[in-house]
Amino acid sequence: MAVEVKVPTILRTYTGGDKAVSGAGGTLAEVFDDLDARHPGLKGRVVEEGDLRRFVNVYVNDEDVRFTGGLDTALTDGDTVVILPAVAGG
Amino acid sequence: MLELDRTIAAAIIDHARRDHPDEACGVVAGPAGSDRAVRHVPMLNAALSPTFYEFDSTELLALYKEMDARDEEPVVIYHSHTATEAYPSRTDIALAQEPGAHYLLVSTADGAHEGDGALPLRSYRIVDGQVSEEEVRLVGGGVSGDTE
Repeated sequence: MAVEVKVPTILRTYTGGDKAVSGAGGTLAEVFDDLDARHPGLKGRVVEEGDLRRFVNVYVNDEDVRFTGGLDTALTDGDTVVILPAVAGG
Repeated sequence: MLELDRTIAAAIIDHARRDHPDEACGVVAGPAGSDRAVRHVPMLNAALSPTFYEFDSTELLALYKEMDARDEEPVVIYHSHTATEAYPSRTDIALAQEPGAHYLLVSTADGAHEGDGALPLRSYRIVDGQVSEEEVRLVGGGVSGDTE
């Protein structure tokens, strides 16, 4: 499965400045593994100990993956994955 | 330095007053690369808390898609402190993830939310855990919204 992954400004240091990169995998977890091979470090900013980081939001086709199975969310060809850091504070 | 239209500054202060004692939050978007804060977008504080704010995740995606379509970026990210001064908390610093943004804080503490006078409005850059305060210069606008 080939999907498009949109990368936020703060993580573009891992993609040579690219706003979007392509990834491959049948689940979100597989896509992040695939991305990490070509963009080392990217996965670690999104995934921590096998789960999504609390203050990073990931969407597949506009749905927050926290409601669709998290990293186990299944992907199909042409899906769009968006990574957005939470805007939060105290 | 952050240049902010008086009308937008007043709208941010109104938002903070309205949501007190919970924290209010939002952005002022502007053309990408321009550093001009022109479009005020109040956001929902999904945390509904006096000590924490977080943009609602669905609204966050809608906001970023809209900004993308308009070739904008979040020039200002603002929130209120309702019991402390307008200075970034440790949480604010730890969670700041837009290195290009001006982080604007407004304080409604110490009864300042009552009445309709000026409220402290201060701006910071927060990059890699380092905070630097910058001047806020209010420009344009009308008499309403004068916070000086």
